[in-house]
Amino acid sequence: MSNTYQAGVKEYREKYWTPDYVPLDTDLLACFKVTGQPGVPNEEVAAAVAAESSTGTWSTVWSEYLTDLEYYKGRAYRIEDVPGDPEAFYVFIAYPIDLFEEGSVVNVLTSLVGNVFGFKALRHLRLEDIRFPIAYIKTCMGPPSGIQVERDKLNKYGRPLLGATIKPKLGLSAKNYGRAVYECLRGGLDFTKDDENVNSQPFMRWQNRFEFVAEAVLKSQEETGERKGHYLNVTAADPEQMYARAEFAKELGQPIIMHDFLTAGFTANTGLAKWCRENGMLLHIHRAMHGVIDRHPKHGIHFRVLAKCLRLSGGDHLHTGTVVGKLEGDRNATLGFVDQLRESFVPEDRSRGIFFDQDWGSMPGVFAVASGGIHVWHMPALLSIFGDDAVFQFGGGTQGHPWGNAAGAAANRVALEACVKARNEGRELEREAKEILTEAARHSPELAIAMETWKEIKFEFDTIDKLDVK
Amino acid sequence: MTGTHEMGDYQTVPTLETFGFLPKLTQQEVEAQINYIIAQGWTPSIEHEHPSRAFNHYWTMWKLPFFGETSLDRVLDELEACRRAYPDHHVRLLGYDTYTQSQGVCFVVYEGRG
Repeated sequence: MSNTYQAGVKEYREKYWTPDYVPLDTDLLACFKVTGQPGVPNEEVAAAVAAESSTGTWSTVWSEYLTDLEYYKGRAYRIEDVPGDPEAFYVFIAYPIDLFEEGSVVNVLTSLVGNVFGFKALRHLRLEDIRFPIAYIKTCMGPPSGIQVERDKLNKYGRPLLGATIKPKLGLSAKNYGRAVYECLRGGLDFTKDDENVNSQPFMRWQNRFEFVAEAVLKSQEETGERKGHYLNVTAADPEQMYARAEFAKELGQPIIMHDFLTAGFTANTGLAKWCRENGMLLHIHRAMHGVIDRHPKHGIHFRVLAKCLRLSGGDHLHTGTVVGKLEGDRNATLGFVDQLRESFVPEDRSRGIFFDQDWGSMPGVFAVASGGIHVWHMPALLSIFGDDAVFQFGGGTQGHPWGNAAGAAANRVALEACVKARNEGRELEREAKEILTEAARHSPELAIAMETWKEIKFEFDTIDKLDVK
Repeated sequence: MTGTHEMGDYQTVPTLETFGFLPKLTQQEVEAQINYIIAQGWTPSIEHEHPSRAFNHYWTMWKLPFFGETSLDRVLDELEACRRAYPDHHVRLLGYDTYTQSQGVCFVVYEGRG
């Protein structure tokens, strides 16, 4: 490359395709799945992605020569075929750490998934994975409490936690809503949850909800002797209202609040996470809008990237899907990003969709939340898949019990504890699912009725058995 | 409403966290849980407390955690000794996990009458 300025358009690959480059430990690495326009060479497309997501622009400009762009540029250093897709290919790009503001997943995403996603030379672009260097991770606060501190605060050990989203999700008055919360908690759930749509609508303003729910939580704690919580949704129209709601939850002596990190945005989320750390509050994270971003196999951002960003931004729980039922094909991919939430080191493993080794250092772990369409028959498989560091949330599976919420909660709690006990005894949960639950139901009419109520979802139960084959 | 069952009334019961919803564990079942703690490489430990103070995080320790203990019988003997010394107290068994700096297992073995 010459040091003299010549106006004009250069091919990206002259500068941004560097197949001999060996990434530094401090580089931020990204893997994109790229589908280019016909006729454009793969190397040129790869280089364009590197350029447009870092220092490059379409034209040469004279002011480039006032700095050392060799130091700042992103580099496409590897291209790989995508198995089973002749059109797409993976591009691996290394970004120097100084391209990014410390502690800001906002800044990382603005660069990596910014203008480049509208670039005309590409038909589709998907961010598959990011390797955050440990040096960058150390600049982020991460989860306000993390898995172990939450267990210690709530005195819950050696088992997953149990929750339920209160239904119907919209339209209940605050007092009736608090009733539903109280019934679930007195029956044996650890948590109940505001639905993500519940913010502060005319039928139930947030102050009223918080007050009635707080009474339900405190009373159920007194009566059961166990620690309880309700995820009070503080997601709001602006940060000022969000913090006002968080402060009120704390004033009421509540242990946990909740936030929607994608619709509210990473700036709001990181701020709230820091508030939670300062104020000793747990933070449950919902993921509304993720399907818009992560569902298309060729375009967007894979959820494993959003999950990693959330761990950096801060949250103590994150929804991950349930794996069982309709999503069984995603078992390996789900386990891949569940590892990213909970482990301190995750090795590259393409069979789980992990493209890079990821060292999380001392960053606390995030509980995986499995929620939606699950009931007691799924319990053995859920425990087998997710292990202890998860929250299982049975909404309809609790509140749809013929005797009501408390009995539904008790049924789930009995099933969960029977499965934990059986696992610790060395039994195979998924193979012996039916025996384990049937034995437990002998001592629990609530569980027996729950098993009968949902037994017609028989094909799902068969599917769970099939999942045993790895 | 299923129609096949009469509506039941669920009574709130005080429970003591993990395994609080199962029938009282038999001697054999307690042994299986102790073996699990030992097999995980965790440190067995025993705590007791008067039921009126059971909601506190800190219960009173029975001696020190049994570091390096791999004998099922020794742990059973200590549980029994603790129960005899404090018959009115709840007695719980836990397994300290040094990697997570937390407890891998914690459940009440004997419920005191208070």
